Amino acid sequence: MTLTSSDRQQLNYIASQAADARVNVEIETEGMTLNIGPQHPATHGTLRIIAKVDGEQVVWAEPAAGYMHRGYEKLTEVRSFPQVTTLVNRIDWLGSFANEVPFILAAEKLMEIEAPPRAQYIRTILFELSRIANVTLFLGDMAAQLGALTPVFYAFRDREYVLNLIEAATGGRFHPNFDRIGGLKDDLPAGFIDETRAVMKKMRSFCTLMEDVLLGNEIFQQRCRGIGVIPKDIALSYGLSGANLRASGVNWDLRRDQKLPMAWDKVDWKVWTHPDGDSFARYWVRLQETRESTLIVDRLLDSMPSGPIMAKVPRIIKVPEGEAWVSTENPLGEMGYYVVSKGDTGPFRVKIRSASFNNVSIASWVLKGVLIPDVITILASLYFILGDIDR
Amino acid sequence: MDAAPTPAAESAVVEAPVVPVVIDDEREAMVSQLRGVIGDALLEYHIKPHDDLWIRVRTDAWVAVGKAVRDVLAMDYFDFLSAMDWMPSPYGRGEDDPTAEPVERSTEVKQGYAGGATRFQIMARVMSSTRHIGVTLKADVDDANPVIDSWIPVYRGANWHERECAEMFGIGFAGHPDLRKLYLPVDFEGYPLRKDFPLLARMVKPWPGIVDVEPIPAHLDTDGGDAE
Repeated sequence: MTLTSSDRQQLNYIASQAADARVNVEIETEGMTLNIGPQHPATHGTLRIIAKVDGEQVVWAEPAAGYMHRGYEKLTEVRSFPQVTTLVNRIDWLGSFANEVPFILAAEKLMEIEAPPRAQYIRTILFELSRIANVTLFLGDMAAQLGALTPVFYAFRDREYVLNLIEAATGGRFHPNFDRIGGLKDDLPAGFIDETRAVMKKMRSFCTLMEDVLLGNEIFQQRCRGIGVIPKDIALSYGLSGANLRASGVNWDLRRDQKLPMAWDKVDWKVWTHPDGDSFARYWVRLQETRESTLIVDRLLDSMPSGPIMAKVPRIIKVPEGEAWVSTENPLGEMGYYVVSKGDTGPFRVKIRSASFNNVSIASWVLKGVLIPDVITILASLYFILGDIDR
Repeated sequence: MDAAPTPAAESAVVEAPVVPVVIDDEREAMVSQLRGVIGDALLEYHIKPHDDLWIRVRTDAWVAVGKAVRDVLAMDYFDFLSAMDWMPSPYGRGEDDPTAEPVERSTEVKQGYAGGATRFQIMARVMSSTRHIGVTLKADVDDANPVIDSWIPVYRGANWHERECAEMFGIGFAGHPDLRKLYLPVDFEGYPLRKDFPLLARMVKPWPGIVDVEPIPAHLDTDGGDAE
């Protein structure tokens, strides 16, 4: 008998529900509390998982965040608008440029200015480059969590090419601080376009390599297929976003489905979804998205307009009174800023909605009833960055 | 070799649906649809053309409103929940000289879009995963006794957001099963995101940024001073 993927999802869901019920009904044996982290390699930083286990099965688990809380929401209140990008760079430190963009767009929305077309293109290209740099590491790291160390070295090697590009354009490998209200700090350096094309080719072959090495691997499939299934409605009600949501079969991408002064709507590309909602689906969707990103970059380079990279903005930026919400499809999921201005040089309040915060808050639901080794796979496949949880 | 994207094994690609053009009429329709369900619990709303919709609702109807937007407006995606302290900070931007006379600042409370009557407001944003349209909901929270019902029965994801909100603003969520601190140490005193909570880093040492500012020399000033 062959199972279709939706059957499989349903069966997995029933199984996980049954596990819940079993845990509740069975006579309680003496459980054990297991601390995973804060210094566990599977936690990408300092996240601590407190798990109550019964034998090999997790009865109850909860992530304990806050080891890296830096209070950015408070700090933005004593900064001027252009200074905030320095802070938000450090939220998701693997895809820093992508953090700056929604904040700058929110400020521009309040000021009712728009970056010139060339700046929009370059922004989009750098945004996608930071996605590639970020997700590449995930593609290798996920294998490392399963005990296969080779892919992670490939990932670090190939990510370096992308970081070199970002460094060439912005001057910073991890913290570009390149986006400005009204445009960008600089134009692209000479030779950037040819170099980028070559690197995008390399990244596509990296994706193919990962596909060959991992996706068909029996151990990888056994560890990921049907593990950590998140059904669509649960994912939505927890506010899961990005590839985690698309891996649960929701066809929704903020790059395509909202109007932003960015260049994504100028080129053709595809949104990838997967109906299964398990760890494998999350890996698969991210892999396809990385390849799609390289294609987006290529196509944007083909159609890049010339012109200025900075709109006319006053030297001292005062943002008119109002409230604005802008969110974009960042490497980790939906990242948004709710910016309140009182007409001053700095924001009155900034609410930072980061993707990992919601993505990790589902952990206590999805980890219930799984086996201890699967905790690692599930957390790795949810893919979070600690700075993005704690802000 | 330039590898073409051929993941043929997984036929999981769904064609992009045609996205309806979101117009402000749709937002108006949403407001009247919601008013039909929750009645006078909808206090005020604000539509910023081509941008977004804000709705302020009565505090005691917060959960009912949540269920109405979820079920009637099909807002199945929980975005975030947070709070606002509308009182301007008595410490300004933290740029005062600590040795000088303290500066008197107006701390008059003035709310934002969709109005309000209290210093603290809860705001939450939800979206529809099919229609790709969202709404920001607001509710006043009593200043003396800041408590509001928990949204966990409506959206599961509200759990952590409410915990964060409780420790940062001191707002209680009735019905929340586990309102422990999320980020801060257990014995932390005060509510850091309230505006009258000083940023201590700026209190113990004068902010150096302000002394460095020199006017731009006239011969270098190409666009005529600090244009506004």
